[in-house]
Amino acid sequence: MDLSVSIGALQLRNPLMSASGCFGYGVEYAEVVDLSTLGAVVVKGLFLTERDGHRPPRIVETPSGMLNAIGLQGIGVHRFIREVMPELRRHKAVVIVNICGTTVAEYADLARILSDVDGVAGLELNISCPNIREGGMTFGCDLANTRGVVSAVRRATTLPVIPKLTPNVTDVASFARAAEEAGADAVSLVNTFLAMAIDVERRRPVLSNVMGGLSGPAIRPIAVRMVYECARQVRIPVIGIGGIASARDALEFLIAGATAVQVGTANFVDPFIWPKLLSGLEEYLVRHGLERVRDVIGSLETGAAPDAHASTPRCT
Amino acid sequence: MPIDVEAEVLWNRRLSPDYHVLALAAPSIAERVEPGQFVMVKTADGQDPLLRRPFSVFEILRGDAGMPTGFTILSKRVGPGTARLYAAPPGRTLACLGPLGRPFTLVDPPVEAWMVAGGVGLAPFATLAERLRERGCVVTLFYGARQAHELFAVDLFEKMGVRTVLATEDGTCGVHGRISEPLAVDLGRRASDAPLMVYACGPEPMLVAVSRLAAAHGRPSQLAMERVMGCGMGGCFSCVVRVRAGDGTKYVRSCIEGPVFAGEDIVWE
Repeated sequence: MDLSVSIGALQLRNPLMSASGCFGYGVEYAEVVDLSTLGAVVVKGLFLTERDGHRPPRIVETPSGMLNAIGLQGIGVHRFIREVMPELRRHKAVVIVNICGTTVAEYADLARILSDVDGVAGLELNISCPNIREGGMTFGCDLANTRGVVSAVRRATTLPVIPKLTPNVTDVASFARAAEEAGADAVSLVNTFLAMAIDVERRRPVLSNVMGGLSGPAIRPIAVRMVYECARQVRIPVIGIGGIASARDALEFLIAGATAVQVGTANFVDPFIWPKLLSGLEEYLVRHGLERVRDVIGSLETGAAPDAHASTPRCT
Repeated sequence: MPIDVEAEVLWNRRLSPDYHVLALAAPSIAERVEPGQFVMVKTADGQDPLLRRPFSVFEILRGDAGMPTGFTILSKRVGPGTARLYAAPPGRTLACLGPLGRPFTLVDPPVEAWMVAGGVGLAPFATLAERLRERGCVVTLFYGARQAHELFAVDLFEKMGVRTVLATEDGTCGVHGRISEPLAVDLGRRASDAPLMVYACGPEPMLVAVSRLAAAHGRPSQLAMERVMGCGMGGCFSCVVRVRAGDGTKYVRSCIEGPVFAGEDIVWE
Protein backbone atom coordinates (compact mmCIF):
# COMPACT_ATOMS: atom_id res chain seq x y z
CA MET A 1 0.00 0.00 0.00
CA ASP A 2 1.35 3.41 -0.97
CA LEU A 3 0.70 6.26 1.47
CA SER A 4 3.35 8.56 -0.03
CA VAL A 5 2.55 12.07 -1.20
CA SER A 6 4.60 14.93 -2.65
CA ILE A 7 4.72 18.54 -1.51
CA GLY A 8 6.64 20.17 -4.33
CA ALA A 9 10.01 18.44 -4.46
CA LEU A 10 9.48 16.99 -0.99
CA GLN A 11 8.49 13.32 -0.90
CA LEU A 12 6.65 12.30 2.26
CA ARG A 13 6.15 8.69 3.34
CA ASN A 14 2.59 9.52 4.33
CA PRO A 15 0.31 12.56 4.46
CA LEU A 16 0.34 12.99 8.26
CA MET A 17 2.16 15.93 9.83
CA SER A 18 2.17 17.42 13.29
CA ALA A 19 0.72 20.92 13.34
CA SER A 20 3.01 23.71 14.45
CA GLY A 21 2.52 24.76 18.04
CA CYS A 22 0.88 21.48 18.96
CA PHE A 23 3.90 19.18 19.04
CA GLY A 24 6.56 21.25 20.81
CA TYR A 25 9.83 20.87 18.95
CA GLY A 26 9.03 17.23 18.22
CA VAL A 27 11.62 15.89 20.66
CA GLU A 28 9.15 16.14 23.54
CA TYR A 29 7.21 13.31 21.89
CA ALA A 30 10.14 11.10 20.83
CA GLU A 31 9.51 8.72 23.74
CA VAL A 32 5.93 7.99 22.74
CA VAL A 33 5.96 8.48 18.95
CA ASP A 34 8.45 7.12 16.41
CA LEU A 35 9.06 10.48 14.75
CA SER A 36 10.28 8.80 11.55
CA THR A 37 6.78 7.36 11.00
CA LEU A 38 5.25 10.82 10.52
CA GLY A 39 5.11 12.30 7.05
CA ALA A 40 6.73 15.35 8.59
CA VAL A 41 7.25 16.96 11.96
CA VAL A 42 6.28 20.63 11.82
CA VAL A 43 7.90 22.30 14.80
CA LYS A 44 6.71 25.20 16.92
CA GLY A 45 7.08 28.62 15.30
CA LEU A 46 10.55 30.13 15.59
CA PHE A 47 11.70 33.72 15.49
CA LEU A 48 15.32 34.78 15.07
CA THR A 49 15.55 35.32 18.82
CA GLU A 50 14.09 33.79 21.96
CA ARG A 51 10.61 34.92 23.00
CA ASP A 52 8.80 34.81 26.30
CA GLY A 53 5.18 34.56 25.18
CA HIS A 54 2.11 35.75 27.04
CA ARG A 55 1.31 35.47 30.72
CA PRO A 56 -0.86 32.51 31.75
CA PRO A 57 -3.68 31.63 31.50
CA ARG A 58 -2.83 30.83 27.90
CA ILE A 59 -5.55 28.31 27.06
CA VAL A 60 -9.20 27.73 27.82
CA GLU A 61 -11.53 24.95 26.75
CA THR A 62 -14.60 25.71 24.67
CA PRO A 63 -17.24 23.31 23.27
CA SER A 64 -15.29 20.59 21.40
CA GLY A 65 -12.34 22.92 21.14
CA MET A 66 -9.96 25.25 22.86
CA LEU A 67 -8.63 28.78 22.65
CA ASN A 68 -4.94 29.47 22.91
CA ALA A 69 -2.88 32.62 23.20
CA ILE A 70 0.61 31.32 23.86
CA GLY A 71 2.29 34.29 22.21
CA LEU A 72 4.88 32.27 20.33
CA GLN A 73 7.15 31.52 23.28
CA GLY A 74 10.21 29.98 21.72
CA ILE A 75 13.91 29.28 21.91
CA GLY A 76 14.82 31.13 18.70
CA VAL A 77 16.28 29.66 15.56
CA HIS A 78 19.90 29.46 16.72
CA ARG A 79 19.24 27.45 19.87
CA PHE A 80 16.86 25.27 17.82
CA ILE A 81 19.59 24.46 15.32
CA ARG A 82 22.14 23.82 18.06
CA GLU A 83 20.05 21.99 20.66
CA VAL A 84 17.08 20.40 18.88
CA MET A 85 18.05 19.58 15.30
CA PRO A 86 20.72 16.98 16.25
CA GLU A 87 18.09 15.03 18.15
CA LEU A 88 15.52 15.32 15.34
CA ARG A 89 18.15 14.06 12.87
CA ARG A 90 18.90 11.13 15.20
CA HIS A 91 15.21 10.22 15.16
CA LYS A 92 15.21 10.48 11.34
CA ALA A 93 12.35 12.95 11.40
CA VAL A 94 11.42 14.86 8.26
CA VAL A 95 11.51 18.36 9.73
CA ILE A 96 9.50 21.33 8.50
CA VAL A 97 10.38 24.47 10.42
CA ASN A 98 7.65 27.02 11.04
CA ILE A 99 9.15 30.52 10.89
CA CYS A 100 7.81 33.86 12.14
CA GLY A 101 9.05 37.37 11.74
CA THR A 102 8.00 40.91 12.49
CA THR A 103 9.40 42.12 9.15
CA VAL A 104 9.82 40.60 5.70
CA ALA A 105 13.58 40.76 6.18
CA GLU A 106 13.34 38.58 9.29
CA TYR A 107 11.46 35.88 7.39
CA ALA A 108 14.11 35.96 4.66
CA ASP A 109 16.93 35.82 7.23
CA LEU A 110 15.34 32.80 8.90
CA ALA A 111 14.95 31.10 5.52
CA ARG A 112 18.61 31.70 4.66
CA ILE A 113 19.81 30.45 8.06
CA LEU A 114 17.70 27.29 7.90
CA SER A 115 18.59 26.52 4.27
CA ASP A 116 22.06 25.44 5.36
CA VAL A 117 20.89 23.15 8.14
CA ASP A 118 21.13 19.43 7.57
CA GLY A 119 17.78 17.73 8.08
CA VAL A 120 15.51 20.74 7.48
CA ALA A 121 13.17 19.58 4.71
CA GLY A 122 10.91 22.61 4.33
CA LEU A 123 9.73 25.92 5.71
CA GLU A 124 6.24 26.79 6.81
CA LEU A 125 5.67 30.55 7.00
CA ASN A 126 3.59 31.63 9.94
CA ILE A 127 1.70 34.57 8.45
CA SER A 128 -1.41 33.69 10.40
CA CYS A 129 -0.78 33.72 14.15
CA PRO A 130 -3.69 35.67 15.68
CA ASN A 131 -1.95 36.23 19.00
CA ILE A 132 0.96 38.58 18.37
CA ARG A 133 0.92 42.31 17.72
CA GLU A 134 3.54 42.47 15.00
CA GLY A 135 4.05 39.95 12.24
CA GLY A 136 1.88 36.87 12.15
CA MET A 137 -1.62 37.60 10.94
CA THR A 138 -0.77 41.17 9.86
CA PHE A 139 1.03 39.59 6.90
CA GLY A 140 -1.60 36.96 6.26
CA CYS A 141 -4.59 39.34 6.21
CA ASP A 142 -3.29 41.49 3.38
CA LEU A 143 -2.79 40.16 -0.17
CA ALA A 144 0.15 42.45 -0.97
CA ASN A 145 1.91 41.59 2.30
CA THR A 146 1.33 37.89 1.66
CA ARG A 147 2.89 38.20 -1.80
CA GLY A 148 5.76 40.24 -0.37
CA VAL A 149 6.77 37.84 2.37
CA VAL A 150 6.36 34.72 0.22
CA SER A 151 8.41 36.10 -2.65
CA ALA A 152 11.15 37.32 -0.29
CA VAL A 153 11.44 33.86 1.28
CA ARG A 154 11.25 32.29 -2.18
CA ARG A 155 14.32 34.29 -3.24
CA ALA A 156 16.16 33.34 -0.03
CA THR A 157 15.85 29.56 -0.20
CA THR A 158 15.47 26.54 -2.42
CA LEU A 159 13.66 24.66 0.36
CA PRO A 160 9.93 24.02 -0.13
CA VAL A 161 8.08 27.15 1.05
CA ILE A 162 4.66 26.63 2.63
CA PRO A 163 2.77 29.74 3.82
CA LYS A 164 0.29 28.87 6.57
CA LEU A 165 -2.90 30.78 5.93
CA THR A 166 -5.29 32.36 8.36
CA PRO A 167 -9.03 31.72 8.16
CA ASN A 168 -9.66 35.22 9.55
CA VAL A 169 -10.22 36.70 6.08
CA THR A 170 -13.23 36.99 3.81
CA ASP A 171 -11.82 34.93 0.93
CA VAL A 172 -9.04 32.58 1.95
CA ALA A 173 -8.70 31.21 -1.60
CA SER A 174 -7.51 34.62 -2.83
CA PHE A 175 -4.63 34.34 -0.33
CA ALA A 176 -3.82 30.84 -1.58
CA ARG A 177 -3.68 32.23 -5.13
CA ALA A 178 -1.47 35.13 -4.00
CA ALA A 179 0.90 32.67 -2.30
CA GLU A 180 1.03 30.50 -5.42
CA GLU A 181 1.76 33.50 -7.66
CA ALA A 182 4.57 34.57 -5.30
CA GLY A 183 6.27 31.20 -5.64
CA ALA A 184 4.98 29.09 -2.76
CA ASP A 185 5.39 25.32 -3.17
CA ALA A 186 2.23 24.62 -1.15
CA VAL A 187 -0.11 26.32 1.28
CA SER A 188 -1.27 25.01 4.63
CA LEU A 189 -4.57 25.98 6.21
CA VAL A 190 -6.20 26.78 8.49
CA ASN A 191 -4.51 28.42 11.44
CA THR A 192 -6.83 29.16 14.37
CA PHE A 193 -9.93 31.34 14.32
CA LEU A 194 -9.60 34.54 16.34
CA ALA A 195 -11.96 34.07 19.26
CA MET A 196 -12.69 35.05 22.84
CA ALA A 197 -14.01 33.58 26.08
CA ILE A 198 -15.28 35.56 29.07
CA ASP A 199 -15.45 34.66 32.73
CA VAL A 200 -18.94 36.03 33.45
CA GLU A 201 -18.56 35.94 37.24
CA ARG A 202 -15.49 38.18 37.14
CA ARG A 203 -16.51 39.93 33.89
CA ARG A 204 -12.99 39.44 32.61
CA PRO A 205 -11.52 37.68 29.58
CA VAL A 206 -10.34 34.17 30.48
CA LEU A 207 -7.08 34.54 28.54
CA SER A 208 -4.47 37.04 29.67
CA ASN A 209 -4.17 38.14 26.02
CA VAL A 210 -7.96 38.82 25.94
CA MET A 211 -8.35 37.04 22.57
CA GLY A 212 -6.99 33.73 21.35
CA GLY A 213 -7.18 31.24 18.52
CA LEU A 214 -9.91 28.58 18.39
CA SER A 215 -8.82 25.08 17.39
CA GLY A 216 -10.11 21.54 17.74
CA PRO A 217 -13.01 19.55 16.30
CA ALA A 218 -15.30 22.60 16.63
CA ILE A 219 -13.62 24.28 13.63
CA ARG A 220 -13.31 21.24 11.37
CA PRO A 221 -16.31 21.80 9.07
CA ILE A 222 -15.22 25.38 8.35
CA ALA A 223 -11.64 24.24 7.73
CA VAL A 224 -12.83 21.52 5.33
CA ARG A 225 -14.82 24.11 3.39
CA MET A 226 -11.83 26.45 3.18
CA VAL A 227 -9.49 23.67 2.05
CA TYR A 228 -12.04 22.68 -0.59
CA GLU A 229 -12.24 26.27 -1.86
CA CYS A 230 -8.46 26.66 -2.01
CA ALA A 231 -7.75 23.29 -3.59
CA ARG A 232 -10.05 24.18 -6.49
CA GLN A 233 -8.29 27.47 -7.12
CA VAL A 234 -4.57 26.65 -6.95
CA ARG A 235 -2.36 24.06 -8.63
CA ILE A 236 0.10 23.76 -5.74
CA PRO A 237 -0.63 21.24 -2.98
CA VAL A 238 -2.89 22.26 -0.11
CA ILE A 239 -2.16 20.93 3.37
CA GLY A 240 -5.35 20.63 5.39
CA ILE A 241 -5.48 21.58 9.07
CA GLY A 242 -8.34 22.00 11.49
CA GLY A 243 -9.72 19.73 14.18
CA ILE A 244 -8.56 16.40 12.78
CA ALA A 245 -8.97 13.76 15.49
CA SER A 246 -9.40 10.54 13.50
CA ALA A 247 -8.52 8.95 10.16
CA ARG A 248 -12.07 9.71 9.06
CA ASP A 249 -11.46 13.40 9.74
CA ALA A 250 -8.17 13.32 7.83
CA LEU A 251 -9.91 11.65 4.88
CA GLU A 252 -12.46 14.45 4.78
CA PHE A 253 -9.65 16.91 4.07
CA LEU A 254 -7.93 14.61 1.56
CA ILE A 255 -11.17 14.05 -0.34
CA ALA A 256 -11.80 17.81 -0.29
CA GLY A 257 -8.48 18.23 -2.09
CA ALA A 258 -5.73 18.33 0.54
CA THR A 259 -2.52 16.52 -0.40
CA ALA A 260 -1.52 16.15 3.25
CA VAL A 261 -2.93 17.03 6.64
CA GLN A 262 -1.69 18.34 9.95
CA VAL A 263 -2.93 17.15 13.32
CA GLY A 264 -2.73 19.59 16.23
CA THR A 265 -5.12 19.75 19.13
CA ALA A 266 -5.93 16.02 18.96
CA ASN A 267 -2.29 15.28 19.79
CA PHE A 268 -2.79 17.08 23.12
CA VAL A 269 -5.61 14.71 23.97
CA ASP A 270 -3.92 11.56 22.66
CA PRO A 271 -0.18 11.61 21.91
CA PHE A 272 -0.53 7.99 20.81
CA ILE A 273 -2.88 9.01 17.98
CA TRP A 274 -0.35 8.75 15.12
CA PRO A 275 -0.27 4.97 14.52
CA LYS A 276 -4.06 4.93 14.92
CA LEU A 277 -4.41 7.54 12.16
CA LEU A 278 -2.05 5.65 9.87
CA SER A 279 -3.77 2.31 10.31
CA GLY A 280 -7.12 4.04 9.82
CA LEU A 281 -5.96 5.44 6.47
CA GLU A 282 -4.69 2.02 5.40
CA GLU A 283 -7.91 0.35 6.46
CA TYR A 284 -9.88 2.86 4.38
CA LEU A 285 -7.76 2.21 1.28
CA VAL A 286 -8.24 -1.54 1.67
CA ARG A 287 -11.98 -1.17 2.16
CA HIS A 288 -12.25 0.98 -0.96
CA GLY A 289 -9.94 -1.18 -3.07
CA LEU A 290 -7.40 1.62 -3.55
CA GLU A 291 -3.63 1.13 -3.88
CA ARG A 292 -2.51 4.68 -3.24
CA VAL A 293 -3.60 7.41 -0.87
CA ARG A 294 -3.06 9.77 -3.80
CA ASP A 295 -6.17 8.26 -5.38
CA VAL A 296 -8.21 9.74 -2.55
CA ILE A 297 -6.92 13.31 -2.90
CA GLY A 298 -9.54 15.59 -4.40
CA SER A 299 -11.84 12.65 -5.11
CA LEU A 300 -14.94 14.47 -3.93
CA GLU A 301 -18.07 13.74 -6.00
CA THR A 302 -20.43 16.70 -6.09
CA GLY A 303 -22.87 15.43 -8.72
CA ALA A 304 -26.04 13.72 -7.59
CA ALA A 305 -25.36 10.20 -6.39
CA PRO A 306 -26.76 7.50 -8.72
CA ASP A 307 -29.40 6.40 -6.24
CA ALA A 308 -30.19 9.88 -4.97
CA HIS A 309 -32.88 10.59 -7.57
CA ALA A 310 -35.23 8.04 -6.09
CA SER A 311 -35.72 10.07 -2.94
CA THR A 312 -35.45 13.53 -4.50
CA PRO A 313 -38.81 15.25 -4.64
CA ARG A 314 -39.64 16.21 -8.23
CA CYS A 315 -41.93 18.86 -9.60
CA THR A 316 -44.54 17.44 -11.91
CA MET B 1 8.04 7.02 29.39
CA PRO B 2 4.34 7.70 30.01
CA ILE B 3 1.74 5.18 28.95
CA ASP B 4 -1.95 5.55 28.17
CA VAL B 5 -4.24 3.16 30.04
CA GLU B 6 -7.99 2.65 29.71
CA ALA B 7 -8.48 2.48 33.46
CA GLU B 8 -11.63 1.10 35.03
CA VAL B 9 -13.21 3.06 37.87
CA LEU B 10 -12.94 0.70 40.88
CA TRP B 11 -14.84 2.92 43.28
CA ASN B 12 -15.78 6.55 43.68
CA ARG B 13 -16.06 7.79 47.28
CA ARG B 14 -17.76 11.14 47.80
CA LEU B 15 -16.27 13.16 50.64
CA SER B 16 -18.48 16.23 50.32
CA PRO B 17 -20.74 17.86 47.73
CA ASP B 18 -17.54 18.88 45.87
CA TYR B 19 -14.70 16.56 46.87
CA HIS B 20 -14.28 12.87 46.07
CA VAL B 21 -11.68 10.14 45.81
CA LEU B 22 -11.72 8.18 42.55
CA ALA B 23 -9.97 4.80 42.35
CA LEU B 24 -8.64 3.72 38.95
CA ALA B 25 -7.32 0.30 37.91
CA ALA B 26 -4.02 1.11 36.25
CA PRO B 27 -1.29 -1.13 37.69
CA SER B 28 1.28 -0.20 35.06
CA ILE B 29 1.05 3.48 35.99
CA ALA B 30 0.75 2.77 39.73
CA GLU B 31 3.94 0.74 39.84
CA ARG B 32 6.00 3.48 38.25
CA VAL B 33 4.61 6.73 39.61
CA GLU B 34 6.78 8.77 41.99
CA PRO B 35 5.45 11.22 44.61
CA GLY B 36 4.64 14.56 42.94
CA GLN B 37 4.09 13.10 39.48
CA PHE B 38 0.70 13.40 37.78
CA VAL B 39 -1.62 11.72 35.31
CA MET B 40 -3.75 13.28 32.56
CA VAL B 41 -7.31 11.90 32.78
CA LYS B 42 -9.80 12.05 29.93
CA THR B 43 -13.16 12.88 31.50
CA ALA B 44 -15.41 12.45 28.45
CA ASP B 45 -15.70 9.64 25.93
CA GLY B 46 -16.28 12.10 23.11
CA GLN B 47 -14.92 15.54 22.33
CA ASP B 48 -16.60 17.70 24.96
CA PRO B 49 -14.83 18.47 27.20
CA LEU B 50 -11.96 17.90 24.83
CA LEU B 51 -8.80 18.07 26.90
CA ARG B 52 -7.57 15.80 29.66
CA ARG B 53 -7.28 17.04 33.23
CA PRO B 54 -4.07 16.78 35.28
CA PHE B 55 -4.24 15.09 38.68
CA SER B 56 -1.63 14.22 41.26
CA VAL B 57 -1.70 10.58 42.22
CA PHE B 58 -3.19 10.48 45.74
CA GLU B 59 -2.76 6.89 46.95
CA ILE B 60 -1.29 3.74 45.43
CA LEU B 61 -3.73 0.82 45.65
CA ARG B 62 -2.17 -2.57 46.37
CA GLY B 63 -3.38 -6.15 46.03
CA ASP B 64 -2.91 -9.02 48.48
CA ALA B 65 0.74 -9.57 47.60
CA GLY B 66 1.48 -5.86 47.90
CA MET B 67 1.64 -5.38 44.15
CA PRO B 68 0.23 -2.09 42.85
CA THR B 69 -3.20 -2.54 41.27
CA GLY B 70 -4.11 1.08 40.68
CA PHE B 71 -4.20 4.52 42.18
CA THR B 72 -6.63 7.11 43.46
CA ILE B 73 -7.04 10.78 42.69
CA LEU B 74 -8.42 13.42 45.06
CA SER B 75 -10.59 15.69 42.97
CA LYS B 76 -12.72 18.77 43.54
CA ARG B 77 -15.69 19.46 41.31
CA VAL B 78 -15.06 22.84 39.68
CA GLY B 79 -16.14 22.53 36.03
CA PRO B 80 -17.71 20.18 33.49
CA GLY B 81 -14.71 17.81 33.39
CA THR B 82 -14.40 17.37 37.14
CA ALA B 83 -18.23 17.12 37.38
CA ARG B 84 -18.04 14.07 35.12
CA LEU B 85 -15.40 12.54 37.34
CA TYR B 86 -17.51 13.27 40.43
CA ALA B 87 -20.37 11.33 38.81
CA ALA B 88 -18.24 8.52 37.30
CA PRO B 89 -19.73 5.15 38.28
CA PRO B 90 -17.64 2.04 39.05
CA GLY B 91 -17.05 0.04 35.88
CA ARG B 92 -16.69 3.07 33.63
CA THR B 93 -13.28 3.40 31.97
CA LEU B 94 -11.26 6.61 31.76
CA ALA B 95 -8.13 7.08 29.68
CA CYS B 96 -5.19 7.89 31.97
CA LEU B 97 -1.86 9.09 30.58
CA GLY B 98 1.10 8.93 32.93
CA PRO B 99 3.18 9.05 34.96
CA LEU B 100 4.16 12.58 33.94
CA GLY B 101 6.37 15.36 35.31
CA ARG B 102 9.27 15.62 37.69
CA PRO B 103 8.64 14.19 41.16
CA PHE B 104 9.58 15.58 44.56
CA THR B 105 13.19 15.08 45.60
CA LEU B 106 13.10 12.87 48.69
CA VAL B 107 15.10 13.64 51.82
CA ASP B 108 16.74 11.25 54.28
CA PRO B 109 17.06 11.41 58.06
CA PRO B 110 18.05 13.45 59.94
CA VAL B 111 16.29 15.90 57.58
CA GLU B 112 12.68 16.36 58.69
CA ALA B 113 9.92 16.77 56.11
CA TRP B 114 7.22 19.41 56.61
CA MET B 115 4.44 19.06 54.08
CA VAL B 116 2.10 22.05 53.68
CA ALA B 117 -1.23 21.35 51.99
CA GLY B 118 -4.14 23.63 51.14
CA GLY B 119 -7.46 22.09 50.12
CA VAL B 120 -7.15 19.68 47.20
CA GLY B 121 -3.38 20.33 47.38
CA LEU B 122 -3.30 17.47 49.87
CA ALA B 123 -3.21 15.06 46.93
CA PRO B 124 0.55 14.51 46.36
CA PHE B 125 1.37 14.14 50.05
CA ALA B 126 -0.02 10.69 50.83
CA THR B 127 2.51 8.95 48.59
CA LEU B 128 5.25 11.37 49.63
CA ALA B 129 4.60 10.70 53.33
CA GLU B 130 4.60 6.95 52.70
CA ARG B 131 7.99 7.06 50.98
CA LEU B 132 9.52 9.42 53.53
CA ARG B 133 8.30 7.34 56.47
CA GLU B 134 9.82 4.23 54.84
CA ARG B 135 13.14 6.08 54.82
CA GLY B 136 12.74 6.85 58.51
CA CYS B 137 12.07 10.57 58.18
CA VAL B 138 10.09 12.49 60.76
CA VAL B 139 7.16 13.90 58.77
CA THR B 140 4.69 16.67 59.67
CA LEU B 141 1.59 17.62 57.68
CA PHE B 142 0.36 21.21 57.89
CA TYR B 143 -3.10 21.01 56.35
CA GLY B 144 -5.52 23.86 55.85
CA ALA B 145 -9.05 24.10 54.45
CA ARG B 146 -11.98 26.47 54.54
CA GLN B 147 -13.90 24.45 57.14
CA ALA B 148 -13.63 21.29 59.25
CA HIS B 149 -15.58 19.01 56.91
CA GLU B 150 -13.18 19.85 54.07
CA LEU B 151 -10.22 18.37 55.93
CA PHE B 152 -9.98 14.85 54.51
CA ALA B 153 -7.91 11.73 55.13
CA VAL B 154 -6.18 13.11 58.22
CA ASP B 155 -6.35 9.61 59.77
CA LEU B 156 -4.54 8.19 56.73
CA PHE B 157 -1.56 10.37 57.59
CA GLU B 158 -1.80 9.76 61.33
CA LYS B 159 -1.72 5.97 60.73
CA MET B 160 1.58 6.46 58.88
CA GLY B 161 3.00 8.20 61.94
CA VAL B 162 2.77 11.67 60.47
CA ARG B 163 2.32 14.53 62.95
CA THR B 164 -0.58 16.72 61.79
CA VAL B 165 -1.20 20.43 62.28
CA LEU B 166 -4.60 21.56 61.05
CA ALA B 167 -6.11 24.95 60.29
CA THR B 168 -9.50 26.11 59.06
CA GLU B 169 -10.47 29.53 57.82
CA ASP B 170 -13.71 29.46 59.83
CA GLY B 171 -12.07 28.05 62.95
CA THR B 172 -14.18 24.87 63.02
CA CYS B 173 -11.07 22.68 63.40
CA GLY B 174 -7.50 23.34 64.46
CA VAL B 175 -5.97 26.80 64.19
CA HIS B 176 -8.42 29.55 63.20
CA GLY B 177 -6.92 31.03 60.03
CA ARG B 178 -4.63 30.03 57.21
CA ILE B 179 -2.20 27.13 57.45
CA SER B 180 0.75 29.47 56.89
CA GLU B 181 0.14 30.89 60.40
CA PRO B 182 0.99 27.73 62.42
CA LEU B 183 3.75 27.02 59.89
CA ALA B 184 5.30 30.42 60.65
CA VAL B 185 5.14 29.73 64.39
CA ASP B 186 6.79 26.30 64.07
CA LEU B 187 9.46 27.57 61.69
CA GLY B 188 10.34 30.23 64.24
CA ARG B 189 10.62 27.68 67.04
CA ARG B 190 12.78 25.17 65.22
CA ALA B 191 16.48 25.14 66.02
CA SER B 192 18.41 26.50 63.05
CA ASP B 193 20.85 23.56 63.08
CA ALA B 194 18.01 20.98 62.78
CA PRO B 195 17.73 20.28 59.03
CA LEU B 196 14.36 20.59 57.34
CA MET B 197 12.74 20.35 53.89
CA VAL B 198 9.44 22.15 53.26
CA TYR B 199 7.11 20.62 50.66
CA ALA B 200 3.97 22.51 49.60
CA CYS B 201 0.97 22.14 47.32
CA GLY B 202 -2.16 24.24 47.26
CA PRO B 203 -3.62 27.57 46.10
CA GLU B 204 -1.06 30.00 44.72
CA PRO B 205 -1.38 32.57 47.55
CA MET B 206 -0.55 29.76 50.00
CA LEU B 207 2.47 28.70 47.91
CA VAL B 208 3.72 32.29 47.83
CA ALA B 209 3.37 32.56 51.61
CA VAL B 210 5.02 29.18 52.27
CA SER B 211 7.97 29.76 49.95
CA ARG B 212 8.59 33.21 51.47
CA LEU B 213 8.37 31.84 55.02
CA ALA B 214 10.74 29.00 54.19
CA ALA B 215 13.21 31.37 52.58
CA ALA B 216 12.98 33.82 55.50
CA HIS B 217 13.97 31.00 57.84
CA GLY B 218 16.73 29.76 55.53
CA ARG B 219 14.86 26.56 54.68
CA PRO B 220 14.71 24.96 51.22
CA SER B 221 11.27 24.30 49.78
CA GLN B 222 9.77 22.23 46.98
CA LEU B 223 6.45 23.43 45.56
CA ALA B 224 4.07 21.39 43.39
CA MET B 225 2.55 24.00 41.06
CA GLU B 226 -0.91 23.84 39.54
CA ARG B 227 -1.49 25.39 36.13
CA VAL B 228 -4.10 25.17 33.40
CA MET B 229 -2.56 22.42 31.34
CA GLY B 230 -3.31 21.33 27.78
CA CYS B 231 -1.28 18.23 27.08
CA GLY B 232 1.04 17.29 29.96
CA MET B 233 3.79 16.39 27.50
CA GLY B 234 5.45 19.72 26.67
CA GLY B 235 3.59 20.14 23.40
CA CYS B 236 1.38 23.16 23.98
CA PHE B 237 3.35 25.61 26.17
CA SER B 238 0.23 26.57 28.12
CA CYS B 239 1.23 25.59 31.68
CA VAL B 240 4.24 27.85 32.07
CA VAL B 241 5.75 29.03 35.34
CA ARG B 242 8.19 31.95 35.54
CA VAL B 243 11.55 30.93 37.01
CA ARG B 244 14.92 32.54 37.57
CA ALA B 245 17.43 31.87 34.80
CA GLY B 246 20.91 33.35 34.88
CA ASP B 247 20.57 37.11 35.35
CA GLY B 248 16.94 37.17 34.27
CA THR B 249 13.80 35.09 34.31
CA LYS B 250 11.98 32.88 31.83
CA TYR B 251 8.83 30.83 31.39
CA VAL B 252 9.25 27.06 31.62
CA ARG B 253 6.67 24.36 31.06
CA SER B 254 5.44 23.03 34.40
CA CYS B 255 4.41 19.70 32.84
CA ILE B 256 7.96 18.68 31.95
CA GLU B 257 10.19 20.94 34.05
CA GLY B 258 7.75 20.71 37.00
CA PRO B 259 5.22 20.41 38.45
CA VAL B 260 7.66 20.40 41.37
CA PHE B 261 9.94 23.44 41.55
CA ALA B 262 12.40 24.67 44.14
CA GLY B 263 10.66 27.53 45.93
CA GLU B 264 13.66 29.83 45.48
CA ASP B 265 13.55 29.37 41.68
CA ILE B 266 9.98 30.61 41.18
CA VAL B 267 9.24 34.22 40.24
CA TRP B 268 5.73 35.07 41.43
CA GLU B 269 3.73 37.16 38.94
